[in-house]
Amino acid sequence: MNFNLSTKRSQKTLLGAVSAAALSVLAIGQAHADPITVVSWGGSYGKAQDAALFTDASKNSGIEINRESGASMSKVVLQVESNAVTWDLVVSGSGSCAAAAAKGALEKIDFNVVDVSNFLPNTYTDYCVGSDVFATVFAWNTDKYGVPGTAGAPNSWADFWDVEKFPGTRSYRLNNVDGALEPAVMAMGVAPEDVYDFLSTEDGIKKAIDKIRELKPHIAVYWKSGAMQAQLMKDQEVDMITGWNGRFDNAKKDGAVVGYTFNQALRDYDGFGIPKGAPNKDTAMKFLGEVSKAKYQANLPFHITYGPTNREAYEVTTAPKELLEALPSHPNNVSKMLAVSLDWYAKNREKAQEMYMELLSE
Amino acid sequence: MASPEINKIEHLNADKLLAAERHENLTIFALSLPALIAVLVVIVIPVGWLFSLSFLDSSGQLSLVNYQKMIEYKSYARVFKTTFNVSILTTLLCILIGYPLAYFLSQIPRRYVGFFMLTVLLPFWTSLLVRTYAWLVMLQRNGLINNFAIDLGLWDTPLKLAHNLNGTLIGMVHIMLPFLILPLYAAMRRIDPHALQAAANLGATPVQAFWQIFVPLSLPGVVAGSLIVFVLCLGFYVTPAVLGGGRVILVSMQITAILEDQFNWGAASALGVVLLVLTFAALFLASRFLKLDEVMFGKR
Repeated sequence: MNFNLSTKRSQKTLLGAVSAAALSVLAIGQAHADPITVVSWGGSYGKAQDAALFTDASKNSGIEINRESGASMSKVVLQVESNAVTWDLVVSGSGSCAAAAAKGALEKIDFNVVDVSNFLPNTYTDYCVGSDVFATVFAWNTDKYGVPGTAGAPNSWADFWDVEKFPGTRSYRLNNVDGALEPAVMAMGVAPEDVYDFLSTEDGIKKAIDKIRELKPHIAVYWKSGAMQAQLMKDQEVDMITGWNGRFDNAKKDGAVVGYTFNQALRDYDGFGIPKGAPNKDTAMKFLGEVSKAKYQANLPFHITYGPTNREAYEVTTAPKELLEALPSHPNNVSKMLAVSLDWYAKNREKAQEMYMELLSE
Repeated sequence: MASPEINKIEHLNADKLLAAERHENLTIFALSLPALIAVLVVIVIPVGWLFSLSFLDSSGQLSLVNYQKMIEYKSYARVFKTTFNVSILTTLLCILIGYPLAYFLSQIPRRYVGFFMLTVLLPFWTSLLVRTYAWLVMLQRNGLINNFAIDLGLWDTPLKLAHNLNGTLIGMVHIMLPFLILPLYAAMRRIDPHALQAAANLGATPVQAFWQIFVPLSLPGVVAGSLIVFVLCLGFYVTPAVLGGGRVILVSMQITAILEDQFNWGAASALGVVLLVLTFAALFLASRFLKLDEVMFGKR
């Protein structure tokens, strides 16, 4: 009897405590913003962002974040189209980000909140803010063709196409025209600054496709992902490959005999977009402003060989000189590269993509 | 004199039997209702939604643009052709390898079947991804097979076993084989051994008995197994994607490319619809050509 009574009493006390706690949580909830959902990619890329950007930016700004993996702009488009947006800030490649923006799936960036005044040129748009600069390069088996920079080693896209001088197998991008046509145009001898002019007509695109067709008998494998680029070089499955510079650095750390050059590479960037109608879009915008600051980006090179988009980061970083010089955004390297033109992709991607798929299915 | 009485009793029974049958039918229907609802929810509605999506363009307007594109660009027709070619080749190879194996299993004493069946089932129970990547490790340029053979001096330059049609077929046949062997083995076990003894009694040689008695009787198993394999191949993604090296592009891979790179649900749905229609067409043709009812259910 007694026992029962006391249980009831304690239940009542518990109920009171719980409701008091709930009320106080509500009160706090009103004072502070809800946590935002930040979505990136898995593996070393997401880990590098956690270490360099997200954890510290969250601490300093007081904005709580829920971290998720599996970022994809096609999922963002689906969320927006079905009015079920749950993500607030999403990592994306510049091309997919622009495509999602063109579909009306992204919020416009408020540049009063996100300061891009010190950003490298072409690393942000009205809908996407760059987080890191990477390069699409060509890499090769250094046992076979020599160490980058030494005499006789490949140095240009023309060399990538030259199967007489550099006999062996090649690997190229599957199912996605991003960064696939520009190398072919440069291999024809067109200067980097004239590449997008050349590709502005359908005839130009056709010539680039024809140039890739020329190489096709030597393309042993088409790669689908950065992980696959690294694996193909580690297994020495192909001798020369196109891909993202950071992946080859990682493969080299894992013991692969691989090297690459920034000469004629395609400079591109990964960035953030905010899905249209994101549940906490204002807080997400503030957080985007925070992670875009130089003090966070300055830590990125320690975790992945991709360069900050914020120029100020190069001044405040404590990274050693060699590390900075190995980044695709280093001024010495930038001058050798071609910046990927999102305008060209916005205008021509759909057509070029179909033509590229047609070539691959031949 | 007794017959009207009996008739009456039978009549009485018939009424009760009819009622019982009706009741049973109703019970069976009620019991299968959850399954029917599940089929409606997980198959009929999504396929209908897919169908309707395929008639919308990228801005959500009603249009045939997704289907026009399939005619305008040759890649789509080529991808469908590759898909059917690879599926037919895989099915034929499965029959070629699976038939002798199933025959062997059906002829050995039952107590040994368990062990040999395990060699068929063990890979069947292993993850598809694991098996596919295992094949990649074996078949690639510096893979186990090439390195071993070159060390032995069997060949000098690495054979192109992976990242092409060879690799795709090897991987797909390996993964599809159990789907052929299991129904085929069941069909072969059902064949009455006395039929073969009777044939021998009538003067048939073992070879004649095999070709004229055993093979025709095993055909239902062959048809059932190869249809399962063929239809599964049409939508196969993982193995051709990994072992084809991007040089063997199947419809499923084209759909993924369209979804991931163009966010175009309409175009992807249209491909899915065409694949579904072609699959039905192939099954319809097969049923005409092979008289499925007869071979599979023994109807005349």
